[in-house]
Amino acid sequence: MRKRNRFRLKNNQLLAVLTFFCIAAIVLTLTERVTFDPIKNGAGSILRPFQTGINRLGTILTDTRETARNKEELIAENEELLQQIEELKEQVTLKEEDEQELERLRELYDLDQNYSEYTKVAAQVISKDPSNWFDSFIINRGTEDGVDVNMNVITSGGLVGIVIEAGSHWASVRSVIDDNSNVSGMTMSTADNCIVSGDLTLKDDGKLSFSQMNTENEIRSGEKIITSNISDKYLPGILIGTIDEVTEDSNHLTKTGTIIPAVDFRHIQEVLVITTQKETGGGED
Amino acid sequence: MLTAFVTVLVVLAAFLLQSSVFPAITLLDITPNVLLMVTVCFGFMRGKRFGMLLGFFCGLLIDAFFGPILGFNAFVYMLIGYCNGYFYKVFFDEEIKVPMLLVAVSDLIYSILFYIAQFAIRMRFAFSEYLLRVILPECIYTVVLTLLLYRLLYRIDKLLYDNELEGQKSPWL
Repeated sequence: MRKRNRFRLKNNQLLAVLTFFCIAAIVLTLTERVTFDPIKNGAGSILRPFQTGINRLGTILTDTRETARNKEELIAENEELLQQIEELKEQVTLKEEDEQELERLRELYDLDQNYSEYTKVAAQVISKDPSNWFDSFIINRGTEDGVDVNMNVITSGGLVGIVIEAGSHWASVRSVIDDNSNVSGMTMSTADNCIVSGDLTLKDDGKLSFSQMNTENEIRSGEKIITSNISDKYLPGILIGTIDEVTEDSNHLTKTGTIIPAVDFRHIQEVLVITTQKETGGGED
Repeated sequence: MLTAFVTVLVVLAAFLLQSSVFPAITLLDITPNVLLMVTVCFGFMRGKRFGMLLGFFCGLLIDAFFGPILGFNAFVYMLIGYCNGYFYKVFFDEEIKVPMLLVAVSDLIYSILFYIAQFAIRMRFAFSEYLLRVILPECIYTVVLTLLLYRLLYRIDKLLYDNELEGQKSPWL
């Protein structure tokens, strides 16, 4: 390395410089003085094609692995599936009843703006947060496709999360099971508000937690929780999940518990971004 | 030049592995920390300065994509790379126990720092649960991966090293 002989920082000097840089960056992001979006956007644009490619490859691999499974397994599975069809038929009838009930409840609670009416953009999940602590992921649609920060992300099942960053051709989505996520929700039948938060310690059981439900009503497990109309970023009436357990807090006023989310977060591949944003009139956060 | 180029390739490969490939084939919902492993191994094989720079860029990469706070991962990865550089003296051959131990310790330290900075600060104090749920599985998984990938990294490093030596000898470079 002859070139560098003229001017070369010592190791500890370099360490100090980089440390200073890091701390400056941390402070600047925390105080929101400077936006690093251009950097993030640039990085995203470069790596996105690779991630899409790998993702496609991954899908192909999974497919081949599926086809390579042996016959007996498939026969067994077939039987199982036939059985399931029967069960499902039964469920369909129940669902139809539910639907009628839903229709009625929607009218009751002014949820006439069904989220199927919103305009949506379909997107594919191309990569996941590499740390094991948080649950955000990257989708292959960005501002060019009409996706922007604070837009709600759903799948056919229900609420997945919210767009927290958007580049030109990618966007980062924080799912509702993320430990940082808080969504204002309410029960479907009684419209009791609560806060639905992701909790890493519950993630293994595939659950969310809810708290601060201030109600006199008896809340049973199985009750559906939807996004509340007082939420400032989430559109009202999107299904979050069903209540699993409820306990009364020691103050005897509020209730806390767990929710089984409507979406299978382990196998998200395609999502829909609702491009309609909630208009709150006020500022964000 | 070549060293820088190859290192960038290794880092990008590691990042894509970690963010796109492993989540698809993962066990127990846990992804091994490939970038940390690369940082530790190169710090160990090439010394403080290299480890520090490499760690800095690996961390920055994560921050740029996923970090809620830009600079946090860069800082921690940089320190990890730097500290592993201290073990440069014991590095001499394909011996794999030392890097495995270093990866294990580094991953634990990283996870604990991450826990403090991102969870304890938000009053989430169930440390034992996080330890069992995230920290230990990740650590074990990453160490196993080191077992599989260290040889490869070692080869790459050796080729680069030979190439550098040659470059210093030959008059036209």
